[in-house]
Amino acid sequence: MNQLLDTLRLPKDASARYLLVLLFGSLAFMLVANGEVFYSLSNLQSIASQIPLLGIFAFAMAICMLTGGINLSIIATTNASALVMANIIVLAPESSTVLLLALVAGFVAALIIGLFNGMLIAYIGVSPILATLGSMTLINGFNILLSGGSVISGFPDGLLVLASGAVIGIPIPLLLLLVIGFILWLVLEHTVLGQTIFLLGSNEEATFYSGVNTKKSLMYVYAISSILCWVAALIMMAKFNSAKAGYGESYLLTAILASVLGGINPDGGFGRVIGIGLALIVLQVLESGMNLLGISSYLTMALWGGIIILFIALKRQKA
Amino acid sequence: MHNLLWNKIIKSHEFNLAAIIIILFIGLTVTTEGFLTLGNIFDMSESTAVLGIMACGLFVVLIAGGIDISFPATAAIAQYVSATYILSLGGNFFIAFLIAAAVGIVLGLINAVFVYKLKVPSIIITISTLNLYFGLLMYFSNGEWLYGFPDWFMNGVHLFPFIGTDGYDYSLSLPIITFLVVIVTTSIFMTKVRLGRQIYAVGGNADAASRIGINLFTINLLVYGYMGALAGIASIVQMQISQSVAPNSLMGFELTVLAAVVLGGVSMTGGKGSLFGVILGVALLAVLKNGLTLLSIPSYWHTVLTGSIIVFSISMTALNNKKQRLREA
Repeated sequence: MNQLLDTLRLPKDASARYLLVLLFGSLAFMLVANGEVFYSLSNLQSIASQIPLLGIFAFAMAICMLTGGINLSIIATTNASALVMANIIVLAPESSTVLLLALVAGFVAALIIGLFNGMLIAYIGVSPILATLGSMTLINGFNILLSGGSVISGFPDGLLVLASGAVIGIPIPLLLLLVIGFILWLVLEHTVLGQTIFLLGSNEEATFYSGVNTKKSLMYVYAISSILCWVAALIMMAKFNSAKAGYGESYLLTAILASVLGGINPDGGFGRVIGIGLALIVLQVLESGMNLLGISSYLTMALWGGIIILFIALKRQKA
Repeated sequence: MHNLLWNKIIKSHEFNLAAIIIILFIGLTVTTEGFLTLGNIFDMSESTAVLGIMACGLFVVLIAGGIDISFPATAAIAQYVSATYILSLGGNFFIAFLIAAAVGIVLGLINAVFVYKLKVPSIIITISTLNLYFGLLMYFSNGEWLYGFPDWFMNGVHLFPFIGTDGYDYSLSLPIITFLVVIVTTSIFMTKVRLGRQIYAVGGNADAASRIGINLFTINLLVYGYMGALAGIASIVQMQISQSVAPNSLMGFELTVLAAVVLGGVSMTGGKGSLFGVILGVALLAVLKNGLTLLSIPSYWHTVLTGSIIVFSISMTALNNKKQRLREA
């Protein structure tokens, strides 16, 4: 099997290799099964419009996982940021000053949450799972308080265009994802902070003793993760034209799965942006394909769980 | 000598928790009318039994240095299988619990095999199996509710019935009895049985435990199997309380249970924590929820307060551990 893959000159990296096999397999299968509909422009556009939200969540998760941490509060943060923005926007939906103010407020809200997570983890020494689980509960509480549990809707076109608009045929959310992916790649692979993130994931203590300010770096990581949630909040608001506590909760576990599938080592230290991108495409192609074949979304959910385990097992076997 | 012991007790996490609970107890007794009545205490224990039973299971997994996120799905499947059996063939509580526990154990063992063989953090494996189990359950059950159970099931079990000061009937009901049995069993298992002590050893230092001859695979099978069994048992209790089965009713419960266990001072890295702490953590959440309701504080505030307490408590634990490490270094 591997020899065959070698002759095909597929990448040596196990994650990328199996993802590509899976991707081409499912693409070929869809061509035979229901090619006309699957490869239609509208279906490809629908795939493209669904990837970005999960993608940004996956990035927000992955950057924490690279340091050996995790961020369970991404969805709560996103909703908090969205609710803050929504509450301000509905004061004067037509005013662009108010819209700008809302954007800034949402950004600040997300940043505060990120710094709070970072502080709990870096300075107080709470394990990332617990710290973000606690902040998730706390933020969810504030979200309900902030919205009274109801839906806030009715946003101006200036915001809605984020979901519906397109630049030279590329949907804006996808463009945002590409830009963010590129920035993240730059940060991770070409800056000191990026190197520190990988080091932190490999051995935090050694990183500390080699003179890196690990605490400050962790603050940066959780702040960046939160800021990504702010972007996700914008896309989500534009997509649903509303904000509510508890939106998108199913994305939490899927974001973790997408990161792991993308080759991010959950113990930290290893993983690349390109892998996550590939994983996102695979996940979305699979979901869309199964959807077109009329397969229950629950079976798709089960399949994702199964694929991750299979994937980990394959990688293990090779190592 | 006496002083040393006392110092140790005062500094323990359990002491702090107990102090908070006692303060809450006194405060609520003074400020509300119905809090310190036998009836209310029974109500509280009954409604917290499912959380408590699952917390006992997760406690054991955490002590071994693992984590299990998949147990709500395990419980849902166990519940569904057991309910289907009761609906078609009848039976009794013993059979209901037996089937649910057996299903739970099987699913737990699958988790254990994956966690041990794949050597990936257990949180990743169990998130995957959560998706796998729950997706399959929803697919095969079509999300259909089950109800209309036989009378013996709907009526439950009532030992020592009495009439509370509020005029309602109270008794030692099935949820409370099951909860108590699970606490006692878990406690004996973790403190008096050799395998239970080995779980602490594995959680403290898996390599060292392995070298003194403890079979890590056995311990994995044991803790995830136990978690599965308790998830199954809790699911029957939940089914008896709600008198119906909805396949998705337990979803999202995993993080609440985790919060309760962690509140009890159990370490995420394994080896540290006591069942007593876990019970106090569960009790704190229960008293808090009950108290807020009695004080008629809007439910919007409940999550905020629960979240604050969790964040505060885990921060205190972390700071204490830090101090301890500095002292030892």
